[in-house]
Amino acid sequence: MSDEKQTALRRLRFEVFRFNPEDEHSAPHTDVFEIDETPFMSLYIALSQIRETLDPGLQFDFACRSATCGSCGMMVNGRPALACRTLTADLPEDIQLYPLPTFKLIGDLSVDTGTWFREMAERTESWIHERMPFDPDATEERMSDDIAAAIYEGDRCIECGCCVASCGIANLDGEFLAAAGLNRIARFMMDPRDQRSEADWFEVVAGDQGVFGCVGMMACADVCPKELPLLEVYAYLRRRTLGARFVAKSDKRNTA
Amino acid sequence: MISRLETTDVLVIGGGLAGERCAIEAAAAGHQATILSLVPPRRSHSCAAQGGMQASLGNCVKAEGDNPTVHFLDTVRGSDWGADQEVANIFAEEAPIAVRELAHYGVPWSRVRGGRNDYFIKGEEVQIDEALENDGLIGQRDFGGTAKWRACYAAAGTGHAALYAVDSEVLRLGVTVRDRTEAVSLIHDGSRCLGAVVRCLRSGRYFAVLAKAIVIATGGYGRIYGQYTSNATINEGTGAAIALATGVVPLGNMEAVQFHPTTLSPSGILVTEGCRGDGGYLLDKNGNRFMVEAEPEKQELASRDVVSRHMVQCIRDGNGVDSPYGPHLWLDIRHLGEEHLRTKLLEVWDICRDFAGLNPAEELVPVRPTQHYSMGGVRVNKDGEAYGLAGLFAVGEAACWDMHGFNRLGGNSLAETLVSGRLVGARVAEHASGATLRADTGVAFGALADAERQASDWLARTGNGPGVYEIRDALGEIMMSKVGIFRNADELGEAVAEIRQQLDDCDNAVLRCKDPGVNPELSFALRLKGMLRLALTVAMGAEARTESRGAHFRTDFPLRNDRDWLNRTLVRWGADDSDPSFAYEPTGLIDLPPGHRGYGSDERIEMAQTLDDYNESVLTEQRAHGRLDSVDAMGSRLRRGEWQAVAT
Repeated sequence: MSDEKQTALRRLRFEVFRFNPEDEHSAPHTDVFEIDETPFMSLYIALSQIRETLDPGLQFDFACRSATCGSCGMMVNGRPALACRTLTADLPEDIQLYPLPTFKLIGDLSVDTGTWFREMAERTESWIHERMPFDPDATEERMSDDIAAAIYEGDRCIECGCCVASCGIANLDGEFLAAAGLNRIARFMMDPRDQRSEADWFEVVAGDQGVFGCVGMMACADVCPKELPLLEVYAYLRRRTLGARFVAKSDKRNTA
Repeated sequence: MISRLETTDVLVIGGGLAGERCAIEAAAAGHQATILSLVPPRRSHSCAAQGGMQASLGNCVKAEGDNPTVHFLDTVRGSDWGADQEVANIFAEEAPIAVRELAHYGVPWSRVRGGRNDYFIKGEEVQIDEALENDGLIGQRDFGGTAKWRACYAAAGTGHAALYAVDSEVLRLGVTVRDRTEAVSLIHDGSRCLGAVVRCLRSGRYFAVLAKAIVIATGGYGRIYGQYTSNATINEGTGAAIALATGVVPLGNMEAVQFHPTTLSPSGILVTEGCRGDGGYLLDKNGNRFMVEAEPEKQELASRDVVSRHMVQCIRDGNGVDSPYGPHLWLDIRHLGEEHLRTKLLEVWDICRDFAGLNPAEELVPVRPTQHYSMGGVRVNKDGEAYGLAGLFAVGEAACWDMHGFNRLGGNSLAETLVSGRLVGARVAEHASGATLRADTGVAFGALADAERQASDWLARTGNGPGVYEIRDALGEIMMSKVGIFRNADELGEAVAEIRQQLDDCDNAVLRCKDPGVNPELSFALRLKGMLRLALTVAMGAEARTESRGAHFRTDFPLRNDRDWLNRTLVRWGADDSDPSFAYEPTGLIDLPPGHRGYGSDERIEMAQTLDDYNESVLTEQRAHGRLDSVDAMGSRLRRGEWQAVAT
């Protein structure tokens, strides 16, 4: 960011969604808070300051505050973003904060991404399906550094939920796997340690809630804070899945 | 609707790497395991570990000749002889297994590339041919305080990759995970731990969980240093605090607090030691590599305590770079090149861009030392059993197992979480197999009522008392300025008095938010007293320890004193006592005799006892202070003298 952005410090006006489901008197509304901008102010710093000086009941989630843990996804001026890495200098003075849609609301800006991601991981069976038990005395299996780097790229998702919230399909169909789920499948599909075949993957990846449910609006790629190569991920999944259909059909012929 | 009383076989408090690995072991043995976590487990602070995990695989040229004994020696020297050598030995032996097990779980470790590789070593660009037959094995990078390249890594997201892989195993085994829950007290009868009282962080409601075995795996207490920490906001030492609150479980070496040399100024966000491991420099305001003169042998890769002290000294000598947030120094990784930075150090690239608005391939990174790691914690024996309460275990950073002593080596904490999770998990499973669930509902409901009363007391209190965040911020300032990198009797005395005053203030503090539900201000207030009590044990422990060892440096007692202080601090806080009480136990069986670390000062006060006399006193002394027996006889895993074959 440029220095001139940091020198002109402003009075910031936050319009924040409020609703506490645990409070029978609470109804959804927005509150307005004003604070003075400071250099390098992130939304983590701004929201902490609002809570500590203006409204101690304000609910939101931060943990690592370094764009690593994925806790703080929220709608920032209509766009899903990680709040900790969003600097106020990159925003206008009027800042609207809403909770991510598609996830169950816990209160104010806090949503239940944990349950969504656990269910997604169970549906996609997000673990290495390996047939041999671990042998503590054996040397590790070899893997080329290029393949390791490719898997790592898919492993970099931090489960912030920004892609899910940005997805037109996920907003209509709560069962859609969305970018996070599809990326997860691709990560395990490309891992040579995973013994699942294309046919094993077919049910979860090929339906309307899998890769063919995606209509290609690609908001997910625009909002992903980790800049995961989601377009390539979908192309990879489609290619592998089309291959799988032929395998599945020929399997059927063989067994018939 | 949450039931008021639940049961499980093994209750693990904390969903980071150590807790999850422990739960895996219990679940694999057929026990019902339940994990309580403040956040969804993949958001635990383990995910923020960047640069690597130490294990002596010895797969690359600069790691040749490495083995668990060399790793053991580095760990003990790194600890400034504060580590339990038996534990350090077990750890070093098991670390390679833990790394390979993670590969089995799916971690995409960076691999050795056979053929020519370009490295930066001590300021020189070096070409090394990696053996073609090692192509595809797990690679290692250099880290501080080690004789060999030993840190296995997945770019600079090692903790993230490890946590996701371990959590996937938790999923596979169907371990119950209760995210957004917090254990607020332990249920016990004075000799046995029966469970925990838990607060739901969705609803604010309380429930009790009874279990055969309870494991504390809540990580460190860095947040007692306020904003002066690289730790996540959730690292408030809750596990250590509830153990201390039992009145019978001691914490070990609380004054042993690590400061990491390179955190981003001013935010305190970690910039991995892997930057220096891969050849990065530290520069003062004039562009001088001050570490070359200060530590000619290890340079930027001396241990963290030594590098942090040189950095602060450099700033005190007027060679820091001024900024509106106070002085800092520079980390120079420009020469590593954009390609290296965007692959092997990708997370550092992102952090520099997102939080400092700079391109590390072209610009210098502003860094300064900040609180980073808690060597102290719930004191446990080598099986991970807490002293004082049967059925209570602790693992990972929350525990004082004690392989780190007074300074942890970089990359040894990730390794510890997996090694101790695995070993202690097996002990937990054994314990659960041999124990029956004691559904002492009277004790449980009593503890539940106590916890609820604390919350209602906070909500009922009115008046003009201070706010809870005011107290927290003041505590951070006290800890960093008076219980920081350089310590002395005057400042420590002031800190102790001020924290005592804060404990009184806490009893008069007033909440401004009375909302039903989780109430974020109440959630924090409920932890505040525990944090202040931990802070007092750190400050008093530091005041009492009149020597310098590892990260505990006393300007008024600058020498390591092996004559009087080759011991571990144990601190308890009796239920009705206004102050904690201190006791000391010998560090443990000594195999590698105290000596020079190979970096830092070579001056020290020598032991007066012979090693044999010292070792004989170990068992008696530890028993006297409540040490539990281990499954393995003491010393059974220590192959004495083996180090002599490899020591240099």
